Amino acid sequence: MAGKTSQSEGASRTVSDVLHNETFRAILAQVILVGAVVLAAWYLVSNTLDNLAARQISTGFGYLTKNAGFEISDKFISVSAANSYGRALLAGLVNTLVVSLISIVLASLFGTIVGISRLSKNWLVAKLALTYVEGVRNIPLLLQLIFWWKVITAIAPQPRDALQILPEVFFSNRGLNFPLMSPDPVWGWVWLGLLVGIIGAVFIWRWANKVQARTGKRPGSIPLYLASIIGVPVLVWLVGGAPTGVDAPVLGRFSLTGGGSVSTALLAMIVGLTFYTSTFIAEIVRSGIQAVSHGQTEAGDALGLSRRQVLRLVVLPQALRVIIPPMTSQYLNITKNSSLGVAIGYQEIASITNTTLNQTGQAIEAIALMMVVYLSVSLTLSLLMNWYNHQIKLVER
Amino acid sequence: MATTANSKAKLPPSSPVRPNPGKASVGAIGWMRQNLFNSWFNTLLTLLIAVIVLRVVPGAVEWLIINASFGPSTSEECRVVALQDHGACWGSLWEKGRFILFGQFPYEDQWRAAIACLAITGAMIISGFRFMWRPRLIAVWAVALFLFFWMMGGGLGLPDVPTNFWNGLPLTLMLAVFGSICSFPIAVLVALGRRSSLPFIKVFCVLYVELIRGVPLITVLFMASFMFPLFLPEGVSINNLLRAQIGIILFTAAYLAEVVRGGLQAIPKGQYEAADALGLGYWKKMMLIILPQALKICIPPIVNSIISMFKDTSLVLIIGLFDILALAKASHQDPPWALYFGEFYIFVALIYFCYCFSMSKYSQWLERKLNRGNKH
Repeated sequence: MAGKTSQSEGASRTVSDVLHNETFRAILAQVILVGAVVLAAWYLVSNTLDNLAARQISTGFGYLTKNAGFEISDKFISVSAANSYGRALLAGLVNTLVVSLISIVLASLFGTIVGISRLSKNWLVAKLALTYVEGVRNIPLLLQLIFWWKVITAIAPQPRDALQILPEVFFSNRGLNFPLMSPDPVWGWVWLGLLVGIIGAVFIWRWANKVQARTGKRPGSIPLYLASIIGVPVLVWLVGGAPTGVDAPVLGRFSLTGGGSVSTALLAMIVGLTFYTSTFIAEIVRSGIQAVSHGQTEAGDALGLSRRQVLRLVVLPQALRVIIPPMTSQYLNITKNSSLGVAIGYQEIASITNTTLNQTGQAIEAIALMMVVYLSVSLTLSLLMNWYNHQIKLVER
Repeated sequence: MATTANSKAKLPPSSPVRPNPGKASVGAIGWMRQNLFNSWFNTLLTLLIAVIVLRVVPGAVEWLIINASFGPSTSEECRVVALQDHGACWGSLWEKGRFILFGQFPYEDQWRAAIACLAITGAMIISGFRFMWRPRLIAVWAVALFLFFWMMGGGLGLPDVPTNFWNGLPLTLMLAVFGSICSFPIAVLVALGRRSSLPFIKVFCVLYVELIRGVPLITVLFMASFMFPLFLPEGVSINNLLRAQIGIILFTAAYLAEVVRGGLQAIPKGQYEAADALGLGYWKKMMLIILPQALKICIPPIVNSIISMFKDTSLVLIIGLFDILALAKASHQDPPWALYFGEFYIFVALIYFCYCFSMSKYSQWLERKLNRGNKH
């Protein structure tokens, strides 16, 4: 090729060389992209500023300190209409976390049961699980949430006829009211004691692993772990003077007062999220177990392990490796799907954002804040799950 | 029955002595022994479930069928069925069913909305046949979409219908179909960008995908409904429906991009090198060698993404659009029909189920079919 080019063509040849040069093209493509993004951003920002000026909407996060003026029905931190938007948003974040955490635990338990049932040798169990999975996962979550919410509010009686489902636990159209221990500073220390106990149990478990690796015998037993997890907080409680005051709900004429309560919206959220997500978790667990080849079970049998040992030491650790990554995305989905609370009046973060931006008009700040919150929750959760995934990863020599 | 047949088939046919199966291992009793009562635990489980099923199912059947009324009925007649007979009043759907399907679309013209739905559904079914995976499929969709917009919007001799009357099933189908068609090219570009060696392009694509996947769809819809109007110059306004549609497209594209990226990663490096050895440029390499193989692998997960997007279209209820779910909600908020929310939601759930279940069965079937092809 090079030999055919004559001297006179030299100049145009260099231009075409440059145009076909890979590095030049790479730089050009990126300059065009960056330029387009910057131009688009500038255009949108200038339009937005014009629009905000025309509508006389102030910018900035100053609104967060203003009085919110709306009540939050499910509160796990103290908050009222007199508090600021910032405080309301924090309460919303706590509500998001509470409903996500409860649903994650319940959906994992229930989903695992359904997933194992899908593989059951019992025809009835397997078919029932299949019907459940196919029936529930093909219907939008929002429809299920609204449906459960309607059902719960339709069957719930007025507060004065509240159903006593357990001693001191009442169910009415205000939700579920249950007794709580009376507030006492000791309880804070008891919770701390529980945390210390759990950390202690983890240390005992690690120490037991080390001793087992060295001597072949595993020290410690279940009572030791229980002593750490239950014993420490009980001890703290005794030292603190063993407060036993109970704050039970009292049945009034129009409402239930005292004790703790959760709203019907929260109940519907938990039921809906748990049922919907458990179908996906069931399929993940099923495929995880099926991914462990039958030869592994047979090898475990050949080593003389009992059925339980085969499951615990051979099948589960391998299945978990397949299960954890998709499980992570299901947990993230629960957290993100909890934003549907806005449709049934559960005041989590999306719902608080909706109220805030309708009251203040500061759509950009409110939505940006909501996105940041969700992004950080997602990121934290996936970091945690990645850490756990790393812990159980196959150690290759 | 199938299991007994299988266990027989496992015996080598040439086996000289066929063991005579005892009475207890064949027929209905044998099947039950093998599948329901093969251990004490399973026996217990079977009995437990049988008790639960026997307690729940008759009540459900009574409400759904035995005590229910099916003919057209007024809200007073329904009240009798619901409160005295304790049955479902399917007659309420004669009154409200059309409203749930088509909403405020002009009543005499609702045949047009029906044809629009049939056109889209028909095109979806036709796309399922593999012999249609040719350029002619584009023609099929062009005709279907033309029919859809002609029927919904009017023109060419039909009276015009403004988009705020495009409610119900046509809206759900439109959001889902455009959500998949328009997000697909974006997804392919973003997936290619994410695997690109050019740092700025890569960072841009990674940011887009991770930002969108880290937040719920509702934030994107809030953005579309509250922020898009602020982005546009003064005097230019953009239709509510179109805003929601853009939100759904941007959201779906991020998820589809990850699916396509998975497909791209599954293509062995040798294919890329072979294309380079032929002297193909980047775009020719991608369009002729890599993408046809990568996209084929990821058709089943693409269908799964489309299913979840189909379900997610119901979220437009929150930003005030009337899809079938919002119309079902509106129906039972009409005081005389307040009691029949169960009937309305079951009706809507069945519509979603028909579309989603058939798509998911199709994707499973396709996955087996494509895998079988790979083994040869």
